[in-house]
Amino acid sequence: MDISSWDGTISLAEFHAAACALVEKWKKVEGYLSLENIILVSIKEEHDELPSFPQKEETSCSDKEESIDIATLGQSDHDEICYYDLHIVYSAPYRVPVLYFRVYYSDGEPLQFEDIKKHLPAHSAKTLLDSKWTFITQEEHPYLNRPWYKLHPCGTGEWMKLLFQGDVSLARNGAAIEVYLISWLSFVGQVVGLRIPYEMLNQL
Amino acid sequence: MMEAQKYVWEGAIPLQIHLHESEVTTLPPPLPALILAPRIGYLPLLIPHIKPHFSSALPPGVDTVWFEYKGLPLKWYIPTGVLFDLLCVEPERPWNLTVHFRGYPGNILIPCEGEDSVKWSFINSLKEASYIINGNCKNVMNISQPDQVELWHSVFNGNLEAYLKVSSKLKLGTAGHEYSANLSSGSFVSRQSAGDTDATGQVKTGRVPVRLYVWGVSEDFDDLEDAPQIDSWDKISYINRPVEIHGEEGKCFTLLDAVKSLLPEHFQYKSLTNEESSKEEGEDEQKVPSEEGGENLSEYVESCYPSDNAEVKLVRIQGIEPKLEIPFSWVVHNLMNPEHFLHVCVCLKFSQVKIPSDG
Repeated sequence: MDISSWDGTISLAEFHAAACALVEKWKKVEGYLSLENIILVSIKEEHDELPSFPQKEETSCSDKEESIDIATLGQSDHDEICYYDLHIVYSAPYRVPVLYFRVYYSDGEPLQFEDIKKHLPAHSAKTLLDSKWTFITQEEHPYLNRPWYKLHPCGTGEWMKLLFQGDVSLARNGAAIEVYLISWLSFVGQVVGLRIPYEMLNQL
Repeated sequence: MMEAQKYVWEGAIPLQIHLHESEVTTLPPPLPALILAPRIGYLPLLIPHIKPHFSSALPPGVDTVWFEYKGLPLKWYIPTGVLFDLLCVEPERPWNLTVHFRGYPGNILIPCEGEDSVKWSFINSLKEASYIINGNCKNVMNISQPDQVELWHSVFNGNLEAYLKVSSKLKLGTAGHEYSANLSSGSFVSRQSAGDTDATGQVKTGRVPVRLYVWGVSEDFDDLEDAPQIDSWDKISYINRPVEIHGEEGKCFTLLDAVKSLLPEHFQYKSLTNEESSKEEGEDEQKVPSEEGGENLSEYVESCYPSDNAEVKLVRIQGIEPKLEIPFSWVVHNLMNPEHFLHVCVCLKFSQVKIPSDG
């Protein structure tokens, strides 16, 4: 496949295929595969790695498009555990996955944006300063009708193309769509300080 | 062509705004504020005009303004005209809204910091439209600072002339231009996005920015006043998906075609590369990102989807109910909002009792 002519975007069917690869399940269902409660672990340099949990899976006929719910454990500077929910939603306008997330304390109380900013990696915090309105914004979750934080997708197509072009093995073997979402997640996850467990990456 | 756009920009909804009783601290309570709200505008932009009217009656505290209609908090980033068309099926004149200055429902509404929030929501939508039409946001991102200011002000003030001057620099030629020229011949040519042909040199399909607001009824109604009141956003299916236009010789792509193409779960829409109803590719297929394989998909789709299980009961755009046979390109070009999105309110009547699936 010719990466040079690819614009870095994917179709809805390709997103679905890539999502299946992410969670190692191939299932043709009536509706679309819906995956929930995958727990990954966010690692900050100062803290020990926490064990990751096996993923649970639910099939659902109600969702037309896929959302993967990843609850993540992260530790704040104040030693108060805050939880991240990450949803990966396909954006029809941008033809790429989009990261939606929310952060909350163990009692369910959402963090204020000011506090969320403190938990973001340094490079994200700086980008936020430079582009307050166009990087991470609060928007309505397309399916849940509630405010979530969203990472703006307009650069994604270009990033993905660069990512695939820059990886020699991918370029040599031809980029299979299966790796798209994991690659995307490993890149985008860094924005919120999320690292993909090695086991997942090693399977590629 | 210009005339319709002019009417759209001049369209306004008379509002009668009441202060919520829980926030009235004076006797007698303040009279409602009467204001003409531009259809293409947004409710928070009216606050500077409304606030003076109520400020003396407010309890002490910080203002966090939000609007509500019959108990439903109003999403501030939806253009005022669209809110009216959607929530007031039987048009109410003036439209009676309630304003709150306290107790912002942060679990339902995204925060609004006044004009800046609205402006950036507008610009992000414009970027999205640009991406849909051109495949990138460059034109919007590279607009000069003075031009960006001018663009926003033209929308804020409802100044169509000023808007057209700046927006032409964005090169967001909508599908309308190219198509309207071919109206007489009755055929449509697929619009070629800049530099965007696939490996075989074929013209790619054109994409049109559309936002669809769909609500459903299981029982028919003849009079609009008998239509059920929308009392929750969960009853509305918001579909933010571009319409894909394919050039089909001798065939007119109508408004109805466009609406149906966005609702594949209700309408069996035949098209060559209908990604909206595409399903997961075969598990053994290592599919690389490409436009190929569309024909196989549509065959697969046709065998899976039942025939139409709903009928389109009502389509409302900019306060009018256009005939569904009107060419979609005309509708887009003349009735779109300044951020280049066409907002369409649709009521579906279901053959069986069914809740519209979200998204």
